[in-house]
Amino acid sequence: MTDKRIVRSRFSFRDLVAEAGVGMLARPGRTVLTVLGTVLGIAALVSTLGLAKTAGNQIVTRFDALAATSVTVENRAQGFSQPGTQQESHIPWDAEDRLIRLNGVVAAGTQSLVDTSNQLVKSVPINDPLGQSEYSIDVYAASPGLFNAIGATLTTGRFYDEGHNERQEPVAILGPGAARRLNVSRVDQQPAIFIGDTTLVVVGILNDTKREPVLLDAIIIPNNTARHLFNLQAPAEVQIRTEIGAAQLIGQQSAIALSPNDPSLLRVTVPPEPKAVKEQVASDVNTLFLVLGGVALLVGAIGIANVTLVSVLERVGEIGLRRAVGATRRHIAAQFLAESAAMGLIGGLIGASIGVLVIVAVSATRQWTPVLDPWVPLAAPLVGAATGLIAGLYPSWRAASLEPIDALRTGT
Amino acid sequence: MTQPRAVQSVPVVELEAVSRTYPGFPPVKAVRSTDLVVNEGDYVSVVGPSGSGKSTLLHLLGCLDRPTDGTYRLRGIDVGKLPDGKRTALRGREIGFVFQSFHLLSHRTVLDNVVTGMLYNRTPRRQRIPQATEALERVGLGHRMGFTPMKLSGGERQRVAVARAVAPGPSLLLCDEPTGNLDTATTDSLLDLFDELRADGLTLIVITHNEAVSLRADRRISIIDGVLAEVDT
Ligand SMILES: Nc1ncnc2c1ncn2[C@@H]1O[C@H](COP(=O)(O)OP(=O)(O)OP(=O)(O)O)[C@@H](O)[C@H]1O
Ligand SMILES: [Mg+2]
Repeated sequence: MTDKRIVRSRFSFRDLVAEAGVGMLARPGRTVLTVLGTVLGIAALVSTLGLAKTAGNQIVTRFDALAATSVTVENRAQGFSQPGTQQESHIPWDAEDRLIRLNGVVAAGTQSLVDTSNQLVKSVPINDPLGQSEYSIDVYAASPGLFNAIGATLTTGRFYDEGHNERQEPVAILGPGAARRLNVSRVDQQPAIFIGDTTLVVVGILNDTKREPVLLDAIIIPNNTARHLFNLQAPAEVQIRTEIGAAQLIGQQSAIALSPNDPSLLRVTVPPEPKAVKEQVASDVNTLFLVLGGVALLVGAIGIANVTLVSVLERVGEIGLRRAVGATRRHIAAQFLAESAAMGLIGGLIGASIGVLVIVAVSATRQWTPVLDPWVPLAAPLVGAATGLIAGLYPSWRAASLEPIDALRTGT
Repeated sequence: MTQPRAVQSVPVVELEAVSRTYPGFPPVKAVRSTDLVVNEGDYVSVVGPSGSGKSTLLHLLGCLDRPTDGTYRLRGIDVGKLPDGKRTALRGREIGFVFQSFHLLSHRTVLDNVVTGMLYNRTPRRQRIPQATEALERVGLGHRMGFTPMKLSGGERQRVAVARAVAPGPSLLLCDEPTGNLDTATTDSLLDLFDELRADGLTLIVITHNEAVSLRADRRISIIDGVLAEVDT
């Protein structure tokens, strides 16, 4: 027999996994304590990433440029108002002109529900006995600037302008809902609609509005036309679109501009403070938590390294024995590495689960929708295993470099 | 001279001026320049006072330790020159150890402990349990296979260690005080087991203080202060 014929020792992967598993399960209490650090670290990382994503998503939903630039001015309710009686309005007819002068206002316009004494609306002058051709449709009076202020777009035709308003022309814009019911789809033939006996010419049909969806089902006519035809007393409310960031300021100024004598008669609705500052804070907090998670993970790694090292020292005799029955240095190293990696993996699995639970719990209390990148819970156990693997490097090197004879003499 | 004959004629153990000195102040000469030949099928007992170097000799023979001087050939292979991996492989396949302090894994069952002896030497997985069971039955521990060593008596632990050593079927069995904790009856049954193993062609080197054990061997070697001497029987 020559040394060429010496058959190398072998430690199959399956045996390795089995030995590492039994090695861990033999001391369940110690294994639990060992993985605790990794559990905390991974849980902190996963929940931080998840909560950052969840909260970020929340801020995105809430932060809406449109809402942030919308200001509404109405009359403040004065005690009890009797139904049917029109409340006195403190909004002047020239509200649009007064507001547009303010620096920061992009567009403004008045909007008032017109009392037509519940007259039905139809698009043909004769009664059709076969089907319903008369409808109850809301009529609103609007100053020309309103369309821009609420971000209205047209399907067809045009908006009326200040000229129409001044001349009290009987023109109307139809909301798409109203147009469908009245069966008006084109305006090139100047179709007429009838509110009771009053004839109006349709000049445009709305496509959509960004605000005030009530107008989508309404008939919109110029202020002066409404005053002339339906005896509208005063504008009911004002819609203002501001530059981004100007809403707060315009909110304060608009009441004074509209009612210089007593601004308190008007109620101004402004969007909440922009979230930019909060967002900044949130991202700082995230960084802090990520750092804390990293530190916890580091502590976890040191914990695993420590316990593995202690376990190497405790098991010197076992190492000697394994070497005696044919385990090579590599096999010894592999076993301790596998044990520490397995502990890291378990820590990662538990930590990821806890992290996900934290995200769900926090989201539930805040009524947020929990959001988590799918790679986070998948990668977390791997990060844990990698942590364990790295933590096990030094102890397993120590184990592997023991001389079998020394190991057998020292260990019992 | 043909190859097979040459293989047969090669001694299992061949020490040429082997010595082992532990460094220190002063250095301990645990084994002094020693020549020894053990042939296949030999049954050798080693006797000597405590601290005379018996365990040191056993570790040298078992390739767990390297001689400070001299040449050790195991089945003709100069193991002093072998790299660590090959020595380990040779040890795992050819040699069974019964250590003075057993070295059982205290958290594993008796059966697991015996299986550990076959984990690295390419014993096929499905043969491990049957071989381990058989070895345990041969040492009379068939009823203790699920126990952990902590629950065993000293003599039972010793027999587990013997079972672990013989289960893989080594060609050389090295025992350090295998009967130290056994009563006469169990000692006798263990010696019967050794006789059986030897009949199967196993080479046995047994360190002992026990006269009865020493008498069952066909060669007796005494060691005093690291010096070996063959005792005529
Ligand atoms: N690592 C070491 N370093 C220094 N001296 C050692 C070492 N190992 C053993 N010795 C010494 O070598 C001598 C032989 O030791 P060994 O263990 O071989 O004795 P032994 O014959 O087996 O004794 P016992 O019968 O008590 O088991 C002893 O004097 C011991 O102190
Ligand atoms: Mg000894």
